[in-house]
Amino acid sequence: MTPQAFQSAFARALFAPPQDGGGPLAALTAQPAFAVYRNTVMQGCVDALEANFPAVARLVGRDWFRAAAALYAASRPPQDPRLLFYGDGFAAFLEAFEPARELPYLPGVARLDRSWIEAHAAADDSVDLAWFASLGPDALGAARVAPHPAARWHWFPGQPVFTIWRRNRGAGEDGEIAWQGEGALLTRPHDTVQWRAASPADCALLDACAAGCPLANAAAAALRVQPDADPAQLLAGLLVAGAIVPAPMAIEGETP
Amino acid sequence: MTAPLGAGLGLKPQHGAAALACPADGLWFEVHAENAMVAGGPRLHWLEVARAAHPLSLHGVALSLAGAAPPDSAHLQRLARLVRRLAPALVSEHLAWSGWGESYFPDLLPFPRTSEALRRIAAHVDQTQTALGTRIAIENPSHYLRIEGHEWDEVDFLAELAARTGCGLLLDVNNVHVSARNLAFDAQAYVDRFPGDPVMEIHLAGHSCDPALGPTLLIDSHDTPVAPPVWALYRRVVARIGARPTLIERDGKVPSFDELLAERAIAADVLRRSAQPSEVAA
Repeated sequence: MTPQAFQSAFARALFAPPQDGGGPLAALTAQPAFAVYRNTVMQGCVDALEANFPAVARLVGRDWFRAAAALYAASRPPQDPRLLFYGDGFAAFLEAFEPARELPYLPGVARLDRSWIEAHAAADDSVDLAWFASLGPDALGAARVAPHPAARWHWFPGQPVFTIWRRNRGAGEDGEIAWQGEGALLTRPHDTVQWRAASPADCALLDACAAGCPLANAAAAALRVQPDADPAQLLAGLLVAGAIVPAPMAIEGETP
Repeated sequence: MTAPLGAGLGLKPQHGAAALACPADGLWFEVHAENAMVAGGPRLHWLEVARAAHPLSLHGVALSLAGAAPPDSAHLQRLARLVRRLAPALVSEHLAWSGWGESYFPDLLPFPRTSEALRRIAAHVDQTQTALGTRIAIENPSHYLRIEGHEWDEVDFLAELAARTGCGLLLDVNNVHVSARNLAFDAQAYVDRFPGDPVMEIHLAGHSCDPALGPTLLIDSHDTPVAPPVWALYRRVVARIGARPTLIERDGKVPSFDELLAERAIAADVLRRSAQPSEVAA
């Protein structure tokens, strides 16, 4: 048997039901100890998902979560050996997962758990408040800023996903939840991931900055989704949160 | 001159500052390389702080050196970046595979030890050592299955791999004990034949009985203290080959740092005694 054939058959047997006795490795998979590999691989996948999606796990309970995670793992084993990043498609999986239908906010909560990981592991960058302060009004409009590598933002129409997520990350609040759309901004200016609410205008401005627009155009994009927004305040808020940094080109860009 | 590595511990975030501030002689820390393969943020910062206080060992679990395909180049580059950034005292990986096609399986999977496998793995080890610019140590894994088609005994296979590539070896004494029980071979004979010169590091860990099959199947679970027969094998190895950097691995039911430190002291004592053969004169 070639090494390719051996590994292919072994890999298939890891996720096949134990009663699937056939296959070229029947002599191996029939040994009771083969279950050690099955269990270790599955437990590694499910443990990783449970660690990576703590708010989802807390909302649905451990048993429900691990059952759903096992189904996800069997259909989508990890591709990246860094299990910290396992679950790229978990939010989309939950969206299509029939038993989760009654929890329409669950995929959004999974997206925020995922964003927390991405913010936690993103590249470092320093927020340069002095650079912004040095720009005059004209230069400010032409300046290009980029989202901080750790910044993640989402708008969830119609669902108070941010409040639900925050409460299930141990933020210790309670009380009535107003059932309306919410946005979230996660940042990590230093070592700790931080979060705050984000408006549709915040999200539109960050989207435009991420697409490379100068600030004047980004402000216009924010006003299109939210005509009563104040672009100067939006910008100040994003700066204080550590969500934006000078775009690499801004240094040499000068005035057009 | 840097102090020689004595007995080390796995670095656990929950042990925080107590671990980094520990003044124990010869203490070093091991981390799983994959957990540190991030672009930035607190994980890397914490390791840089740790690295400033104690020597560090990077222990990879996912390079899949025994895989049919060469190591994933993106993964290898990430490991190389980490090695450059942290300048670890030791880098190690396993005689196992964990990747097939696009998938990664979080385990150390077995394979038939054929001459073809030896050629292939030697090429993968060469490639890795070249990419990292450093010698790596290859660890003997735990075995659970009887696999047909072995052409090589594991000790001979590892000795030949080290001879061909110049790589070092990581002798996991608990894995020897677990495998010997599961496959019914003589653990003492295994460690007595293990080539001493290439051994760069020794691992010690706890194991447990399989929840379904009981004591007929031991699991390399890393969730209990090191067992007495594993300590006995360890003393036997050190008496024969001399002191080597020795790690106590503990990944499940992790106790307090002080408890781990007390277990580590047993290994440190074995190492100290081996370094002073004429104890009476001392």
